[in-house]
Amino acid sequence: MEERLSAVLSPYEGRKDALIPMLQKVQEELGYLPEEAMMAIAKFTGTPESHVYGVATFYAQFYFSRRGRNQTKICTGTACHVKGAARVKDAFERELGLACGMTSEDYEHSLETVACVGSCALAPVVVVNDHVHGQVETGKIDKILEQSIKD
Amino acid sequence: MQKVNSPADVAKMRDYCQAAFARRKLRFLVCAGTGCIAGGSLEVYEEFKRVISERGIDINVDLLFEGQESEAGTVTSGCHGFCQMGPLVRVEPMGTFYTKVKAKDVEEIVTATMDENTVVERLLYEKDDGSHATTELDVDFYNRQQRIVLGGCGTIDAEDIREYFAVDGFKALATILQDLSPEQVIEIVKDSGLRGRGGGGFPAGRKWEAGRNAKATPKYVVCNGDEGDPGAFMDRSVLEANPQSVIEGMTIAAYAIGAEFGVVYVRAEYPLAVVRLLKAIEQAKEYGVLGDNIMGTGFNFDIEVFQGAGAFVCGESTALTLSIEGKRGMPRVAPRPRTTEVGLYDKPTLLNNVKSFAYVPDIIREGAEWFKGIGTESSSGTAVFALTGNIVNAGLIEVPMGIKLREIIYDIGGGIPKGGTFKAVQTGGPSGGCLPESLLDTPIDYDSLDEAGSIMGSGGMVVMDERTCMVDVARYFLNFTEEESCGQCVPCRLGTKQLLEILNDICAGKGKKQDIDLLIELSHSIHGGSVCGLGQTAANPVLTTLRYFKDEYEAHINDKCCPARVCKDLISFRINEDKCKGCTLCARACPVSAISGEKKEVHVIDQGLCIQCGVCMEKCPNKFSAVECVSPKIPVPAKEKTEVPA
Repeated sequence: MEERLSAVLSPYEGRKDALIPMLQKVQEELGYLPEEAMMAIAKFTGTPESHVYGVATFYAQFYFSRRGRNQTKICTGTACHVKGAARVKDAFERELGLACGMTSEDYEHSLETVACVGSCALAPVVVVNDHVHGQVETGKIDKILEQSIKD
Repeated sequence: MQKVNSPADVAKMRDYCQAAFARRKLRFLVCAGTGCIAGGSLEVYEEFKRVISERGIDINVDLLFEGQESEAGTVTSGCHGFCQMGPLVRVEPMGTFYTKVKAKDVEEIVTATMDENTVVERLLYEKDDGSHATTELDVDFYNRQQRIVLGGCGTIDAEDIREYFAVDGFKALATILQDLSPEQVIEIVKDSGLRGRGGGGFPAGRKWEAGRNAKATPKYVVCNGDEGDPGAFMDRSVLEANPQSVIEGMTIAAYAIGAEFGVVYVRAEYPLAVVRLLKAIEQAKEYGVLGDNIMGTGFNFDIEVFQGAGAFVCGESTALTLSIEGKRGMPRVAPRPRTTEVGLYDKPTLLNNVKSFAYVPDIIREGAEWFKGIGTESSSGTAVFALTGNIVNAGLIEVPMGIKLREIIYDIGGGIPKGGTFKAVQTGGPSGGCLPESLLDTPIDYDSLDEAGSIMGSGGMVVMDERTCMVDVARYFLNFTEEESCGQCVPCRLGTKQLLEILNDICAGKGKKQDIDLLIELSHSIHGGSVCGLGQTAANPVLTTLRYFKDEYEAHINDKCCPARVCKDLISFRINEDKCKGCTLCARACPVSAISGEKKEVHVIDQGLCIQCGVCMEKCPNKFSAVECVSPKIPVPAKEKTEVPA
């Protein structure tokens, strides 16, 4: 991991203020932010580990445990909420056998809700592996998963 | 022509680009906004490329600039706004407007246009009277709008700066660099009456003046694209569809206040906006309208893009600047100096919303009087809304200030779908409120909406019909603000949690009579005691729903009834014996096997097993509509005692 980290961090030499871009790049590389990575960033920037951890945990974008190969995000923005996002969420939880915010034991699936993906005119919206599905019906979620999950 | 070397070059560049694009006889413009992409517009675009190339036509745009002609071409554009009907395709120059286009329709469109000189009628927008609209001008959704900020959205290719040059892009920047002093620029912005489009409505010109007058250096220009309101996507669309207008606006602002460096803060959830913005910045530098020695005038201004990391509170100016500095985005505590005095890296910073900057080039080009002539006395110009929810025509709209809510919802939005009835319209996101039918004649401007208990906000407008529970909506927003509270001040951190718990109780049928008074009292404490705008406005959804829909709260508390039949703990599903034909669809779909019944016999739901997921109701064919949802709950019969054999 050390090599991968130093390759990601080296462009930020001397940019203490670029902590958030650094965390983003490291997460892009590793899929989440393991403790060792945050410690490495603290060392690299010369800031306390508590500061790095404090910033990382403040923002919803960062994850601290390994996530599934397939990621399903259920939009719970206002338009989606009004158009039945809660039912969609329940249906996905049942279909995947996972509660929102969880990752399956075999690391195949992660399921989470997100505040708004900004595709409100298509509500309710679900994003599976960056593939946006609009006007989702609870009866058809097996097809959505079929279309977008990785082989 | 590869570069703008002087302000006078901009006009030449425009003519050069216009002439080049005019050498193409036909253009198929495919919407590549996020909504249309979700519907498969990129496949449509690829298919256009394939079909046109197959005819032996070279679709490379650059050949137009080499003086060659072309029979036809295809490009992607940013969001056209009518997301509901996407993927959208427009054929230029005639303006034929196609909706819900699939890749398999492309061949037919090309043949009709190029060989037969006709249109594909089945892909045209069908109007209420059954006739077809051939162009956008014929569609109600568009013809009542006035598009300024969205003017370039859906008409130009966001990834080719030459298209922006062709529509007078960077002319405003050239004008000010050549003819106007920074003070004169500020005077124009002040005279235009432009108010900040992020929601606060602070006069932009006064902010710019404060930025100009600030003594410390360096100064920064920051564009707030942290569009965190759930139910809003205006800034996203502008950044995706016309990023150059934002860049030009920021550069004009930089000249006015004397800044050399700018940042665009974009929400993490908007990857496409980031890509297009970066491309636009790169192209602008290449053409000499951004970066060092802009248009050969010696003026320097550079822009960086910062991706947010998912925190609603970072839309607040002080939190946003702290976030760029790599810190937790916690708003500074009052009394604090203005951001124009102490902002990014503690230096004077001019921070405006995406749309505020995007208006500026038009205001400079057309004049302050022109802008002031649109809208109302106190709120000039237009307003951009993301019109969504229970509405026929969902999408992105731009209307003159002062227009009535009713006109937006019924004339542009086409009213409530499937014969539903209007209940409320929510504006301003988690800081705003829900307005009822009786206030639909409220004109849209900062002050009128404020008076009604809502706010203009940045532009989310969610329409709700009778199937929306207003208590649940208040709970929804509190759930959001409670989660997004940064936690530094007690009234917001704990107050929103208490509000949420009371609302959860009410929705679960555990509400108490005194809860309503408690909600009001708590709301006022949170409003009065919170540090920043997030906390101060967090209770607005509760207060407005209590003000206009108190009866729904009372029904939940007193009768354990959810009139909209949304709150799961207060509803039951049952099958109407007279209507059920025993098709077994519901029983097979039920995830908890709570439905019993043989084929062609009436089915029954076991209330003890039912989890109120509603799948049975969805599955029951419309011609039967045998599944009903009722509130209050059907009591679960006590289990019959079965005799256990000894």
